[in-house]
Amino acid sequence: MPQPQDSPNDQDIYQEHVLDHYEDPYNRGSLATATHAHDGKNPLCGDKIHVDLRLDEQGRVADAWFDGDGCVISQASASMLLEAIEGKTVEEVAAFSAENMLQLFGPQLTPNRQKCCLLSWKVLQGALMRPIGTDAAPCVTENDDELDSENKTAFGGPSLSEEQ
Amino acid sequence: MNLLDTDRIRQDFPVLHRTVTGGHPLVYLDNAASTQRPRAVIEAMDECYLNYYSNVHRGIHMLSEQSTRAYEAARRTTADFLNAASAREIIFTAGTTAAINTVARAWGDANISAGDGILLLISEHHANIVPWHQLAARTGCRVEFIPIDENFEITDTVVAEYLERHRPKLFAFGAASNTLGSEYPVQRWTKLAHDIGATVLIDAAQAAPHQRIDVQAWEADFLVFSGHKVCGPTGIGVLYGKQALLEEMPAFLGGGGMILNVTTDGFTTHELPEKFEAGTPPIVEAIGLAVALKYLSEIGLDRIHEHEQLLGRKVDAGLRAIEGVRVIGPSADKKAGINSFVIENVHAHDVSQFLDARGVAVRAGHHCTMPLHQAIGVTATARASCYLYNTLEEVDVLLAAVADVRARFAKTGRRRRSRSLSESGLAEPQSTEPSS
Repeated sequence: MPQPQDSPNDQDIYQEHVLDHYEDPYNRGSLATATHAHDGKNPLCGDKIHVDLRLDEQGRVADAWFDGDGCVISQASASMLLEAIEGKTVEEVAAFSAENMLQLFGPQLTPNRQKCCLLSWKVLQGALMRPIGTDAAPCVTENDDELDSENKTAFGGPSLSEEQ
Repeated sequence: MNLLDTDRIRQDFPVLHRTVTGGHPLVYLDNAASTQRPRAVIEAMDECYLNYYSNVHRGIHMLSEQSTRAYEAARRTTADFLNAASAREIIFTAGTTAAINTVARAWGDANISAGDGILLLISEHHANIVPWHQLAARTGCRVEFIPIDENFEITDTVVAEYLERHRPKLFAFGAASNTLGSEYPVQRWTKLAHDIGATVLIDAAQAAPHQRIDVQAWEADFLVFSGHKVCGPTGIGVLYGKQALLEEMPAFLGGGGMILNVTTDGFTTHELPEKFEAGTPPIVEAIGLAVALKYLSEIGLDRIHEHEQLLGRKVDAGLRAIEGVRVIGPSADKKAGINSFVIENVHAHDVSQFLDARGVAVRAGHHCTMPLHQAIGVTATARASCYLYNTLEEVDVLLAAVADVRARFAKTGRRRRSRSLSESGLAEPQSTEPSS
């Protein structure tokens, strides 16, 4: 039996629905009519995600698109997230927690790889607060622990990359 | 060239006998990040903690005398390992990073001013870049980089040209690149730098584990390395400096142990090496480090280097033979045990995760060499790094696993389940697709 401290094997992580989203992502591209947008990157491994949102007058996320570059987990999780939140209200999206994101993704991830999974979630949360055309827009979220100090979800150590 | 007796060596490293993900035997090929420790190192540290540990240079009692003797003996062992002229030239630090920061703060602040140049290689580790950027922010000095050519190499001619063009006050370079695996001609480059009057700092973090170092023959002004990459403990590193340079340098960290006298008005610094060892030093780590250095020396650094070259050549040739794999580094004769690579259309994290599921531990990411990765135009690479306990059979396991990576992540015309449902009319249609 696998011990809790064991790494999951690749069959566990790269489940069919994960690879499906990786290969056939939901709303990948840019949204010309976006009202809100944000960029983020995981500076230690190079994963990048850009999110475009169109919020309608009822305060709903009418359209949610992403683009990016990175590992299977970072890209597939972005696709899953945007598919899940499109049509929801801003309040509902803001209430969607990191725990919810990890549950949505499905396969259990080690702390280092949770960062990959949570990148798009962070960028989405940032995008809600960044209407296009304001000073807030150009800011880039760097995926580190600071945003989550009050969240129960641990982001793991300093990442795969910062130790030589 | 001969391989080492790995059956025997592996008996000294208990961790190598465990199994990992999926019950596979561990194939540890992340040695450039950190090595494993032989039992002798662990036992020597236990022995100190269990039997004679105390603070050093302070107590007039038996344990303190015993700990002090062991700590200072470790300094002499380290001096011998580097062939330093005197043990006073050996400063124990927290690691390579702390050692370079010490030079940047103490020597840099005293000797570098606006307009002066610091010359580095583009392949430097962040530990040998950021302290110089910080020095530049304090002083206004310039930080210049020597580029690699299309074969990932740096020739003597280019080094001489950059030294001549920039006339740097300091040339700080890694003796071996942690990403490319390149081993550079330290003695020749040091001579070139001295010819134009530059001081030379050699980052030997990736050289000390694998090759014989001779600071006197190399005429190194400063040389630094870490304990954890030479089968020693974490939390310790070494700063070697020529005695005259260290004596001229102001102290860096202030505190206990580095002073001769403290008054309400000021202080006077201790002599070398205590001048640079403020606070309680890494005592037990120094004792463990000395055992590690003796362990490597008894096997012989030249023999270790040969062993790594044989393994490294097999990795290099094997990787180059796999379709879709690109080796990020020079030809095998210019490097030893380190091989970085990228696989077409597969992110390095996914490569690493796939290999992990087969028991193979490699490194994935930018290996703290972002400027190098930017220069090459890749965001992340996977890196397999061999050491004295690795075997040809382990290389076979690595290569077989790498050969399977592309097939695992190849696109096969998959569709999202939700899309399939919506197209078959079983799910709610998505909102109107905007122009993209």
